[in-house]
Amino acid sequence: MRIHCPCCGPRGVAEFSYGGDGTVRRPDLSVTDTDAHVAYVFERENPRGRHVELWHHIGGCRHWLLVTRDTLTHEITRVEMAGRFAGEAARMPGAGA
Amino acid sequence: MSGYRLPQGGSHLDRSRPLAFRFDGEPMQGFAGDTLASALLASGRVLVGRSFKYHRPRGVMGAGPEEANALVELRDGARQEPNTRATMTELYGGLEAASQNRWPSLSFDMMAVNDLLSPLFSAGFYYKTFMGTGQATWHFCERFIRKAAGLGRATHLADPDRYEKTNAFCDVLVVGAGPAGLMAARAATAAGLRVILADENARAGGRLFEDGVHLDGLAPAEWIDGALREIEAGGGRILPRTSVYGYFDGNVLGAVERVADHKRKPAPFEPRQRHWTIHARHVVLATGAIERPLVFSGNDAPGVMLASAGLAHATRYGVAVGASVVVFANNDGGARTAIQLADLGVSIKAVVDPRREIDPALAAALGARGIRLETGAVVAATRGRKALAGIDIRGFDPISGALGANVMQPGCDALLVSGGWTPSVHLASQAGSAPVFDAALQSFVPGAAREAWTAAGACAGTLDLAGCLAAGLEAGRTAANACGKTAENRDISLPALSGQLAGAELPFPLFDVPATGGAKRFVDFQHDVTADDVDLANREGFRSVEHLKRYTTLGMAADQGKTSNVNAIALMARARGLTAPQVGTTRFRMPWTAVTIGALAGRETGHHFAPVRRTPLHDWHVAKGAEMMTAGLWMRPRAYIGPGETLRDAYIREATAVRQRVGIVDVSTLGKIDVQGPDAGEFLNRLYTGGFAKLPVGKARYGVMLREDGIMFDDGTAWRLAPNRFLVTTTTANAGAVLAHMEHYLEVVWPELRVHVTSVTDRFAGMAVAGPQARKVLQAALGEGDVSTEACPHMGIVRGRIAGAPVMIARLSFSGELAYEVYCDWPAGLAVWETLIEAGKPNGIMPYGMEALGTLRIEKGHITGAEMDGRTTLADVGLGGMASRKKPYVGSTMTQRPAFVDPERPVLVGLVSRDGQAIRAGSHLTLPGGGASLGHVTAVTWSPALGANIALAFLSRGRDRHGEVLEAAFPLKDERVAVTVADPCFYDPDGSRMHV
Repeated sequence: MRIHCPCCGPRGVAEFSYGGDGTVRRPDLSVTDTDAHVAYVFERENPRGRHVELWHHIGGCRHWLLVTRDTLTHEITRVEMAGRFAGEAARMPGAGA
Repeated sequence: MSGYRLPQGGSHLDRSRPLAFRFDGEPMQGFAGDTLASALLASGRVLVGRSFKYHRPRGVMGAGPEEANALVELRDGARQEPNTRATMTELYGGLEAASQNRWPSLSFDMMAVNDLLSPLFSAGFYYKTFMGTGQATWHFCERFIRKAAGLGRATHLADPDRYEKTNAFCDVLVVGAGPAGLMAARAATAAGLRVILADENARAGGRLFEDGVHLDGLAPAEWIDGALREIEAGGGRILPRTSVYGYFDGNVLGAVERVADHKRKPAPFEPRQRHWTIHARHVVLATGAIERPLVFSGNDAPGVMLASAGLAHATRYGVAVGASVVVFANNDGGARTAIQLADLGVSIKAVVDPRREIDPALAAALGARGIRLETGAVVAATRGRKALAGIDIRGFDPISGALGANVMQPGCDALLVSGGWTPSVHLASQAGSAPVFDAALQSFVPGAAREAWTAAGACAGTLDLAGCLAAGLEAGRTAANACGKTAENRDISLPALSGQLAGAELPFPLFDVPATGGAKRFVDFQHDVTADDVDLANREGFRSVEHLKRYTTLGMAADQGKTSNVNAIALMARARGLTAPQVGTTRFRMPWTAVTIGALAGRETGHHFAPVRRTPLHDWHVAKGAEMMTAGLWMRPRAYIGPGETLRDAYIREATAVRQRVGIVDVSTLGKIDVQGPDAGEFLNRLYTGGFAKLPVGKARYGVMLREDGIMFDDGTAWRLAPNRFLVTTTTANAGAVLAHMEHYLEVVWPELRVHVTSVTDRFAGMAVAGPQARKVLQAALGEGDVSTEACPHMGIVRGRIAGAPVMIARLSFSGELAYEVYCDWPAGLAVWETLIEAGKPNGIMPYGMEALGTLRIEKGHITGAEMDGRTTLADVGLGGMASRKKPYVGSTMTQRPAFVDPERPVLVGLVSRDGQAIRAGSHLTLPGGGASLGHVTAVTWSPALGANIALAFLSRGRDRHGEVLEAAFPLKDERVAVTVADPCFYDPDGSRMHV
């Protein structure tokens, strides 16, 4: 498996570490409702198909990436920077086919 | 009489080079180019192994990777390798092989009693026998079953050989160098692409050797060599003996090259095997097809073999597999094979075919050679247990499937069987393509591609040579187009074929012959699964192909059902009244053939399993007699053991020096992170449980980080070096995790924070000077700088110079004594360290290691990873006061969950052994005399300061139990130690010693 890092280009999966579901949002610091935090920490969808995941390019640029991956076919259709560089996406040959 | 060497022939054989080898200790001889299987057959050897479950006598049944019977233990000593396929083992001089799964000998195997008891061992035997009998029965029987199970024995010795791993990048990977693969690789090379051509055999060519034709007027071997030269001249890489075993996501494929398996042992510095990770833009799957056996009574007798294997042994190795051979086939390939074999000098007695008629030209050719043709007939049974002695031929009605009454019982010593061909769709299936059923082939072919591959030749269901060559050329062009190249200018053309061309040889849909005489009809030879087992699975409701596989273990042996899957699906389909595509097939998983662990590990074994990190003081420690120990990847001194000292003597001396005078310890391994930016204070305020935003410049503070679930994550200190800059230290073990944690929050959660973090772990060497004399030593060593109480109060930071090198000093204590952490540039570490030692000599400074460090911290009740074990909270370890109530931080809300505030929760306590006996780490705490566990011991030491064996432990309601007497029980050693519960801070509880 290879991930097209927007910063480094296509790299082997061994350079990355998985960072979990990329769709969950941490409650704001001011939120003291335990249920909201429990949902953030523990509650996950287990989708069959398209899934957005966080990957950390730990053996490369060390950026956190949002990877859109199909859990059934493992096809990666989009890789973009997470957070502060959001929207910077990798150019992926043949993606989205 | 059985197999023998023909007087001539053998495309792979070099008859000028005889090779001696031994099988089960018996000296034998073959030739260079032989496989172990062909050499055994040529030597007249029929019986080569015992089957997995019933210990039935078995002989060679194939000539390639499909071999299910002829599995041997190859080599001896540390190189002994079980379950090696004799058909894939190239013969070398001095080869030693032994048969498997028999006792005391292959010819007389006691365990063959299993065959008589076979009604007990039908599918689901273990489940049915041991369900409901209770654990005791299973535990009693398990050791006998485990002993009887399995095939070969693995060696327990360390592997002496070297393995390598490498990556390769190419435009086109062609898997399989048969006719289709060679044409595809030629076409892709001609288009100017980087090509890798991998084939698991020693020689390329696939079944070209058996097709009996000339290509462009050349014999197969010459044409193949020309094609390989052309590919190499075009920049292509040929990988012989390379099994592409796995197709992974993103067109990454795994392959194992057997670099030296065909030698007695690898040459010096030569790897035995090399693992290739191949990244290909496009893949051509030219993996060929495997012939199917037919299912009939006694079809596993030694001497029953695939027709293609009988032909391959004759054409490649000049071996007649028997002196009197019968062919049984449901397609024209049987008659053609008989004709080819007869022309090579093999005595063919008859061809048996269930169809009413076969190709008239073939029938005439058989007649011309005096080979009897029995159409409308089947082989219904075999005779002979350890070697085939004869067969029962019965009339067969192809419409009703009924056997005729008449029986012919000719003698024969080899029976060649063909039930059609099964395309090797494994790699395509691994890549996510669901195989589709081809009614003409009566088998599955690759479905729609999900990754960038093209299947060609027999793998895609094309059985005739001309078709395979054309399909390979087309696949090469397709691959070229996929890589953006057209092959027009330097295109290549198909070779002109001459000789007897075979057609597609499609099978009549006969998979099995009705049982006669009660003999077993095997479907999966390697796992001893019979047609009756398939019927049983159906009757008991294990009908889906997934259930069938797991209930009967069909296709789960080392051969992964290469010869059995399609027959099993056909039998299940008939039993259920469905068609084969309705039953469907399981998805193939990697590996195509077995992969050694050595090939996956490569050079990363033993000392090279993980990198070793050394501090700049490493050589000094070793020179001073330190016993080194690993801490994660780091090497750290355990203790500096002097002459005549034990480890215990040494650490007691070191710890005592710290308490009484002064000691120095290397803390360069602590994680260090440079946190910079206008929001650095706010950022640390959010990560640590305590407040950091208002920490003054020039001060350090101890901090604990929680995980999002409220559990303790890591502790350390943060030094405010400037308003926008902190130096954060972490535990040695968590340095990487804390950095990733910080990067996650900065990039994903709070991208608005203007902060940047950088690992500076190996930018700064660190050393802690601890003890009542620490200030004097430091002051004496400092060229510039002031560590007086006024200039450097508790938790203060000062800068200075030691040995000319700039240093940062923070007054921090882990030992409970007056102590300073001194950081300098990594390369200056040794000079600074030696200067401190020199300056401390008048004070009796003593370097100390991890044992003394551990003792000192246990005496103080300070926590490490043993207490921060991923289950404990701040309150558990008695640091509840560090949880700020003024601000939220990561994990703050989650610590309020009910289980975290349960008063029964185990909390940190100290333990003192009552009778001087040492307490064992990992002991459980119980009331005196036993009972349920109330907690567990995390860290133990003999404390020189207290003169007692002490420990830290987590104990339910521990804070209410100080003074109570409990037992620390360690049942594995049957030890019970009486302990008194105490405050975890044993020594200097008011901290007066570090505030001086």
